[in-house]
Amino acid sequence: MNVIPLGAFELSLASLLVLLLAWLSFRTRLEIEKPLLIAALRTTVQLSLIGVVLNTVFASVNFWLVMLVWVVMLTAAGYEVMARQKVRVKGPGRFFIGASSMLVSSFSIMVLILALVIKVEPWYSPRYAIPILGMLLGNTMNGIALAMNTFSSLAWNRRAMIEQRLALGQTAIAAVEDIWRESVRTGLIPIINSMAAAGLVSLPGMMTGQILAGNTATDAVRYQILIMFMISSGTGFGVILSLWLMRRRMFDGRSRLRMRDSFHVS
Amino acid sequence: MAKSNADASRIAMNGLIVDQLRFMHRGPYSFGIPSSSVFGLSGSSGSGKTLMLRAMSDLDPYTGRISLNGIDCQSLSGPEWRQKVAWLPAESLWWHETVGAHFWKRPSLEWFNELGFGEEVTQWEISRLSTGEKQRLAILRLLQHHPAALLLDEPTASLDKNNIAVVEKFILKYLSDCQGLAVWVSHDSGQLDRVAACHYAMQLDGSLRQLR
Repeated sequence: MNVIPLGAFELSLASLLVLLLAWLSFRTRLEIEKPLLIAALRTTVQLSLIGVVLNTVFASVNFWLVMLVWVVMLTAAGYEVMARQKVRVKGPGRFFIGASSMLVSSFSIMVLILALVIKVEPWYSPRYAIPILGMLLGNTMNGIALAMNTFSSLAWNRRAMIEQRLALGQTAIAAVEDIWRESVRTGLIPIINSMAAAGLVSLPGMMTGQILAGNTATDAVRYQILIMFMISSGTGFGVILSLWLMRRRMFDGRSRLRMRDSFHVS
Repeated sequence: MAKSNADASRIAMNGLIVDQLRFMHRGPYSFGIPSSSVFGLSGSSGSGKTLMLRAMSDLDPYTGRISLNGIDCQSLSGPEWRQKVAWLPAESLWWHETVGAHFWKRPSLEWFNELGFGEEVTQWEISRLSTGEKQRLAILRLLQHHPAALLLDEPTASLDKNNIAVVEKFILKYLSDCQGLAVWVSHDSGQLDRVAACHYAMQLDGSLRQLR
């Protein structure tokens, strides 16, 4: 069973819809036609390029080549997390706190699932390893970026209050416990919502893809459940790790708040 | 009572001893405050009184030595030290909905009564408190760990005349009950005459000058 191939002609038919929308925007002065067309062009070029790259990587099951793709993906995700922070850690930590949290959570969960649950041979088979890390990273990145941004912004805005809690003899952990809880929740709510809505409101993209490719719905569902579990646990562990690393930068060894020394507003 | 630039090691072990304290390009400060006494401190705003209190409660980095009743600050963790040497900021902030949620050890009803509150005050919402009520409750909040040294940053600035007298009496009674000591920052030299054994003024250049 194979998916019906799409040619350039079929794609250009679909692109007419985008062009129609751009024309409507132009005529009614919505002024969204330019960003829309640029984004449509970017998606075409970027995805075509990655298609070529993936074909090469899939053809040769080379560990180092797969590794290179992973590193590129992780670096891009790390930069994305950094770019979404309003209040950033000073120094290289502004990149590495997010990136290392994603490395530990997404990467180890991916290896665990590939080797022990799906049991692919070899475990780094690019046909599995690259899309799975992509899905994991895409979601943990969102959660970690949201949680880190909430945590550092709240701590920055409430720094006087945190100091008063310290002045009452509270530990660093106790002094930020409420913003810690709020940040973890903020990071996890999107994935919890999408798990709750899955199947009722939305058919997740991966499952849809498998069904389109001719797989039975039951098989597609099992994969989707697996992916949901991976994403939610990866996001949760990644969020907690990133906030833990961030909290270590907020306080010094004497449990003094060092917001102004270690953070800055970007 | 307090000796500026005195050799701190020769002062009795009891009390708060500050030796060659430097922070944020200020100092060195050396003085000792014996148990059961109050060190009065005044000075124009911006002279660094608050910074000194923050350094003494180990909320800002410092060099030099601070010890309380023979216990060096660095031999305790930051939070342990701050439970003994407690800083009362000029303006109190509150983070929970109700008054009671800020108290992990319920102070005795007697304390609440002495500052003019009934038992029901713990149920009150923070948003309904007046500035003066907040300040008096902040004092009770500070005393939960029974600190032996109080660093009071204008503790009565937001209070009316009656409550100033109530708070002065309350703090002095607390200090005498537990042989505690205090640094009392105030712009009112009349108040410092009433509560403090000595009175120092912090000059704009950061140095301490004894007035009394």
